[in-house]
Amino acid sequence: MAGKPKLYYFNGRGRMETIRWLLAAAGVEFEEQFCETREDLLKLQQIGYLLFQQMPMVEIDGMKMVQTRAILNYIASKHNLYGKDLKEKALIDMYVEATMDLNELIMHHPLQPSEAKEKNLASIIEKATTRYFPVYEKALKDHGQDFLVGNRFSRADVQLLETILMAEECKPDILSKFPLLQAFKARISNIPTIKKFLQPGSQRKPPLDEKTLTKAKSVFNIGHE
Amino acid sequence: MTGKPKLTYFNGRGRMESIRWLLAAAGVEFEEEFLETRAQYQKLIKDGALLFEQVPLVEIDGMKLVQTRAILNYLAAKYKLYGKDLKERAQIDMYVEGTTDLMGMIITFDFTPPKQRNLALIIERATTRYFPVYEKALKQHGQEFLVGSQFSWADVQLLEAILMVEEREPTVLSKFPLLQAFKARMSNIPTIKKFLQPGSPRKPRPDDQYVATVMEVLKKD
Repeated sequence: MAGKPKLYYFNGRGRMETIRWLLAAAGVEFEEQFCETREDLLKLQQIGYLLFQQMPMVEIDGMKMVQTRAILNYIASKHNLYGKDLKEKALIDMYVEATMDLNELIMHHPLQPSEAKEKNLASIIEKATTRYFPVYEKALKDHGQDFLVGNRFSRADVQLLETILMAEECKPDILSKFPLLQAFKARISNIPTIKKFLQPGSQRKPPLDEKTLTKAKSVFNIGHE
Repeated sequence: MTGKPKLTYFNGRGRMESIRWLLAAAGVEFEEEFLETRAQYQKLIKDGALLFEQVPLVEIDGMKLVQTRAILNYLAAKYKLYGKDLKERAQIDMYVEGTTDLMGMIITFDFTPPKQRNLALIIERATTRYFPVYEKALKQHGQEFLVGSQFSWADVQLLEAILMVEEREPTVLSKFPLLQAFKARMSNIPTIKKFLQPGSPRKPRPDDQYVATVMEVLKKD
């Protein structure tokens, strides 16, 4: 039965956000079921919905898919956002693994003890501007094309845009030394499916606030393991 | 230039070991360069060999591949260990991500200060979250391999994970008869059997010396 994909997660970004971005970029409508409490998660575990007891989980094409990367790989392949051959795929994989590393740092930042937060933020900004962004700036400079890989829109472009916007939330002028990334950001944001996702009322989730963080901690039992 | 893939990493398991396993399972010979000093690491960065300043690095087919999963995905596809279609690939990806998470706990364990280590949690996760999934999969389809009646990356990585956990807790498979049979069966596949013999590129369990080298080279505080 080919209904819309259905996403199971808590009502926040976390590990599901990249999946929301990719579905949106591919123009795929999706439904969402939110875990608001630990009991909601336990219930999903009890009925055997979660292969490794964890979310994200996406019901798609008759499968209950778990594991963020497995889900992203499937969606990207299915919607032709994964390059035209093995070598393009390898380049895309390198690029997206790095954006996911940076996303992970940003995602974990709110969980740092308050005394470590300032140093942690500085470290994130340093990594973004010295280890990650220069690579994408150079890639765009070297080939002079609109998209990161193969002169064609791919998941690498989607994931880089997502990461840029999250990094800008940490430091608004973080792209100041990266003119090509600034142009890239404007260009990709204007792609109709992405433009739509960036508008208010879309399924894009806001940055974590104190209330959502507390709820997330309780759903995922963070700090108790 | 030999044409063999060349691996650059520390002389130990870490994130490179799954790559060694996959190449070995595919019957592919490879060369290795070992990182021993910070100066060596900084030179690699200066020479532009490491796209994101990190290892593992695998030089293969004219590319300098970095990022463990990018490397593994490429090798699995190239050596036809990634299923026959999208859905099989999705299944393999889910299984592989599960074993990666489990092995990740063990990798981290060795770099955790002794007082904070929690082996019990790793064994609990292995026996209640991960192994039951694979035991059930084998039970449900009754086939030799995890996915699609064909040897795949999922089988290689599950064997690697089983052996890794058994090193810490030898009885860990006691409640998983199908995994015990699976382990025996996979270990007997000629390429894997060869990799499991002394003198192969398989690396031993991390020791204090290995941990110290990694910390020194990467200057991790």
